[in-house]
Amino acid sequence: MSKTKRLTTPLTEEDIRNLRAGESVLITGKIYTARDAAHKRFVETISRGEELPIKLEGAIIYYAGPCPAKPGQIIGSIGPTTSGRMDPYAPKLIQKGLKGMIGKGLRSDEVIEAIKKFNAIYFAAIGGAGALLSNRVKDSKVVAYEDLGTEAVRELVVEDFPAIVVIDSEGNDLYKMVRESSTSN
Amino acid sequence: MGDIARVREVNVDDVRKVVAELAIHANCFIGDDIIHKLEEGREEEESSLAKNVLTQILENARIARECNMPACQDTGMAVVFLEIGQDIHFVGGDLYDAINEGVSEGYIKGYLRKSVVKEPYTDRINTGNNTPTIIHTEIVPGNKVKISIAPKGFGSENMSQLKMFKPADGVDEIIEFVLNVVREAGPNPCPPVVLGIGIGGTMEKASLMAKKALLRRLDEPNPDEEVRRLEERLLKLVNELGIGPQGFGGKTTALGINIEVFPTHIAGLPVAVNVSCHATRHESTVI
Repeated sequence: MSKTKRLTTPLTEEDIRNLRAGESVLITGKIYTARDAAHKRFVETISRGEELPIKLEGAIIYYAGPCPAKPGQIIGSIGPTTSGRMDPYAPKLIQKGLKGMIGKGLRSDEVIEAIKKFNAIYFAAIGGAGALLSNRVKDSKVVAYEDLGTEAVRELVVEDFPAIVVIDSEGNDLYKMVRESSTSN
Repeated sequence: MGDIARVREVNVDDVRKVVAELAIHANCFIGDDIIHKLEEGREEEESSLAKNVLTQILENARIARECNMPACQDTGMAVVFLEIGQDIHFVGGDLYDAINEGVSEGYIKGYLRKSVVKEPYTDRINTGNNTPTIIHTEIVPGNKVKISIAPKGFGSENMSQLKMFKPADGVDEIIEFVLNVVREAGPNPCPPVVLGIGIGGTMEKASLMAKKALLRRLDEPNPDEEVRRLEERLLKLVNELGIGPQGFGGKTTALGINIEVFPTHIAGLPVAVNVSCHATRHESTVI
């Protein structure tokens, strides 16, 4: 396995071009959380021609809805949710400048096409590792849709947040590579 | 009427308290049976990525346990099973209200995520306290009540399937169906998974057995020899699929497969597969 790469947000076009499916990375910097309900609102906002509450250009969205923070905690457990539910919305956001997505699980062909076309990247974090991942979050604030509770959009500052490149900017998909290699056995 | 003396009163307020404690505990403490299977899997994996993923999952379970934090942010929809002794008389209020109050209290006091929405296909407004609870009751002999809680995350729940087979179909068709469920789910249900499988009964009986099978420890095979052999055979075949931890490839696709069976109709053969994740959680107490 290749050694772990360190990435700092915002990701540059060059950073993204150099990442390959299967590589482990540690991400440091600002990322946003958004999941089902926030994505629905994002896309409705875009179709009304209005401005989004976050700046998408160069951003990374983490598909996650945390547990509430206990007193003294920055954030509660925060692992990734299944990305496929965001597939109907993701191509539109990528087109608007979104560069990175962190989640878990399969993506649609439309999302993979958008990733290739706009030089974006899809990472997986370890599903179910919510307690461990919360330790890598150094700051958290709600920046939009507070009424959605856990589904609100949060701006997180993460440090050495562990992830794996699943779909790179050439469209290589780690999950497909695994499936093909196991069926050829 | 001599038996009337055996009737025991249980105050529903005690049920509420127990449910609240179980909800918090179940979410923060991954069972030692699962931990052992994860450790075994890590030993067997050859790729450093698969080993690394299992190490992080084990580390996560340790942090959750030591910091009393939910292992997974999806603290689930709370599924409560009650095995109620027929000689119990519940007093002090409505039993189901008490269970829902217990879940609400546990999820609020335990800083667990509230993941339940009121309208399933329209507004989807969060109920704010993780209720209503899914409650299954069973009447059993005796004057005790066993309360189990199994918080169920939906990353894996969404990958579950039910199929009504024809009686002409046999064990090979059932095996192929289960393997397909796991293949189709791929990385989505956070493998390594745990599968609960119900074979027989009616449509809802098969599903309920599949769910209940997830409450059984992974080191406790089905007591029926033939069913136990099917559990072992399926586990081996699932782990040969190569999906591996988190779908990144490897030998540890499932940690365990628990099967429950029940007689069925001359015309049918229902099979339900309830997919669960490496954070398969359940806690029980007897009052």
